[in-house]
Amino acid sequence: MKMHRLMAVAAAAVLALGVAGCGGGSSDTSANPAVDTSASFAAGTTMAKLNKAQSIRIGTKFDQPLFGLKGLDGKPAGFDVEIAEVIAGKLGIPASKIQWVETPSKVREDYLAQDRVDLVVATYTINGERKKKVDFAGPYYMAGQDIMVKKGDSSITGPESFRSGDKKVCSVTGSTPAGKIREYLKDPASQLVLFDVYSKCADALRTGQVDAVTTDNVILLGLVDQSKGAFQLVGKPFTQEPYGIGLRKGDTAFRSFVDDTLEAAQKDGSYARAWKDTAGKVDAQTPTLPTIDRY
Amino acid sequence: MTAREASVLYDVPGPRARRITVVSSVVAGALLLWALYAWVYRPLDARGQFAYDLWGPLVDPSNAAFPLVWQRLGLGFRHTLVAAALAILASLVLGTALGVLRFRLADLARGPRPRLRTPGVPVARRVPVVLWYGTERGIGAVSRVFVEFFRGLPVLITIFFTAGILSEYGVRTQPLYYLVVGLTLYNMVVIGEILRSGMANLPRGQQEAAEALGLSGLQTVLTILLPQSYRVMLPALISQVVVVLKDTSLGFIISYEEVLRVGGQLIQNLGNPIQVYAVIAVIYIGVNYVISRLAVYAQRRIARGRKTPPGAAVPLVTEPGGDVEAGVRGEAA
Amino acid sequence: MQVLVDNVDVFARGLYVTLQLCLLSALGALVLGTVLAAMRISPVPPLRWLGTAYVTVVRNTPLTIVFFVAAFGLPQLGSNADFLRIPGLDRLFVRLGTDLPFFRFAILALTVYTAAFVCEALRAGVNAVQPGQAEAGRSLGLTFLQNLRLVVLPQAGQATVVPLGSVVIAMIKNSALAGIFGVTGDLMQVSDDLVSARGLPLVPVFVGIAAGYLLLTVPLGLWLDRIERRRVVAR
Repeated sequence: MKMHRLMAVAAAAVLALGVAGCGGGSSDTSANPAVDTSASFAAGTTMAKLNKAQSIRIGTKFDQPLFGLKGLDGKPAGFDVEIAEVIAGKLGIPASKIQWVETPSKVREDYLAQDRVDLVVATYTINGERKKKVDFAGPYYMAGQDIMVKKGDSSITGPESFRSGDKKVCSVTGSTPAGKIREYLKDPASQLVLFDVYSKCADALRTGQVDAVTTDNVILLGLVDQSKGAFQLVGKPFTQEPYGIGLRKGDTAFRSFVDDTLEAAQKDGSYARAWKDTAGKVDAQTPTLPTIDRY
Repeated sequence: MTAREASVLYDVPGPRARRITVVSSVVAGALLLWALYAWVYRPLDARGQFAYDLWGPLVDPSNAAFPLVWQRLGLGFRHTLVAAALAILASLVLGTALGVLRFRLADLARGPRPRLRTPGVPVARRVPVVLWYGTERGIGAVSRVFVEFFRGLPVLITIFFTAGILSEYGVRTQPLYYLVVGLTLYNMVVIGEILRSGMANLPRGQQEAAEALGLSGLQTVLTILLPQSYRVMLPALISQVVVVLKDTSLGFIISYEEVLRVGGQLIQNLGNPIQVYAVIAVIYIGVNYVISRLAVYAQRRIARGRKTPPGAAVPLVTEPGGDVEAGVRGEAA
Repeated sequence: MQVLVDNVDVFARGLYVTLQLCLLSALGALVLGTVLAAMRISPVPPLRWLGTAYVTVVRNTPLTIVFFVAAFGLPQLGSNADFLRIPGLDRLFVRLGTDLPFFRFAILALTVYTAAFVCEALRAGVNAVQPGQAEAGRSLGLTFLQNLRLVVLPQAGQATVVPLGSVVIAMIKNSALAGIFGVTGDLMQVSDDLVSARGLPLVPVFVGIAAGYLLLTVPLGLWLDRIERRRVVAR
């Protein structure tokens, strides 16, 4: 009967598609940071607990190129991921035992407060508002908000270019850069476009619906890299965005530990290597660790 | 399928009409192809959207990225199915309960209102009856508000705030369960209303016969009205399954890794949004189409099995595929 | 709840944008849906196939993908939906005429998607008319279009009001997706902003946004219920 045949074909297709997803993950080709197997910590600290459990839940972004992006193999990769692996290594936990949790911008504080993750390394800008809810180790990178335009477009030289009201800009809804650029817009209703991910902003820029995309310069770098030469950065960051590692509020011992780990990573070169393996492929200038803020 | 209504609205075409039809079909077909070429193919080609490196990972098995891409898509698709299956199951169970509850309450409300001042009955016996009646009306009102609330809210909002509010008040779990809860809250209401209107539209004789046999209200519903309602409303229920499947794509707002979100990640890696979404659209259309055909098939099987002629007791289920919107005010999208 | 009171103007503005979006999309969907329904029951086979293909594809695609095609596919085809910048209308609905095409794309997406459901609702209504009516019309010598216009559609009207109404309600709810696809200022996007960017507590914002959408959908729904109850009695 025609119906039965149709159902049989459909069931086979569904099974095939479902089973396709069952393939094992490919082997990890990048060199993992060193794991300190002899690490021991004072009893009762978070570090001791994590070391004993031999697993750690780390929140990162899954959709930011160069910093935290889930690749075709299903594993997140990027500078944030590398830094997180360095810290896990110092805790005596190998990279394979890290449980990666996706922490988009809006849930970072909540996940830490609700103990769903132990650390958040997700292009997390340190600011006073957030410090009320979570603690920050670091900063481990100094980013700045910048503007990306089509290659060859010199009409936009900075945020001031939007004051005239005829340039359109795109960002991600609920993000800090979106709030910041609003201050420079003459009429947000006809100048500001908000999407849920940056790749849509890049698409809109490519087809000319908007004239610029604004967010942290490192995220823009990733988009420029993916654009195969279609985009360029204005190159004048107009804010300071210190990226920090988020932890639960009040865990001072853990925070000091992470701060120490970051400084050690700078000294023994693993910080530089983390950059070179990921974002360094696009931006050859390896940064140095900014001054750690131990508050 | 449309042959019957077609022949009602116009005559069977004669030789002249047939010739005109053939000529106009050919002309229309040619125009359509030309329009597709000029307005769709050419602009896309001009922007290089047909390049191999955009399509290769999706359709060419010899491409290096092909197995990885399909692994990820398969995973996303599995997550979609899991979320949809759980949501459908939960909605069916809870929706049935809700539908039965509301039907019974409506039934009870139709009966005589107990009065405190009924002569001949001692007060002590009357008070609990009146109180119970009041409670029934209260529950009825609450259920009405519940139904209107979740039917009037977009599913996107329900999912977004369910995840947020549950998280805040201590229920911490994977995005999957928030998505299922959000979808269930919406679909149980719709399914409840579908079943309730199905039961309400059955011939009154069923209920009266049950009463004559001495069955209680609840027994009537469970043994006689509900099974028939399921059978009659099956196409509408099946199209609700399609709706749930499509609505799982709204899980992206709480970062649930269903197939559209996986598509988004693939796009970040490969840079081919149009191609990835085209492939995912084809998958969705295929799956949903099969499910919709199932509804048509079910409708026909039911019509064949009936002893009464269709249309006698069936509320406007004219279009197979579940367009039972007439009696249901429920689900159109 | 103080949060709610403080931000009432934000919600009101969001509601206004959503209202505009829904009004325009409903108009477009009703027009396009009627055309589609006519195509699906017409005597010309290619029109029938086209109509059926359209409805099958659109009904089985998630709205997210339709929005994506409108917001990102159309620009690839070189269009900014400028044909929607209708001169008189864009004085009333300001966003129609701006350079930012996303409001127009959202209207297109909602119209295209909802039209398929409008078409099915209309067809169900037409089917509900007793065949004897159309046969009588034919026996009087009326052509297909005359038959439709003078005999079938007026009677189908009564039966289609409720399904059409529920289609419109579903569309109002679907408009929430527009906020994700570039339409700044609509009710969903506004609430997302309040919760994510300004960090306001969830429950008051939820109450506000729920009130907004319920204000649009519940009165319509209650009115439909009343119509249906009257019809059941009349039957």
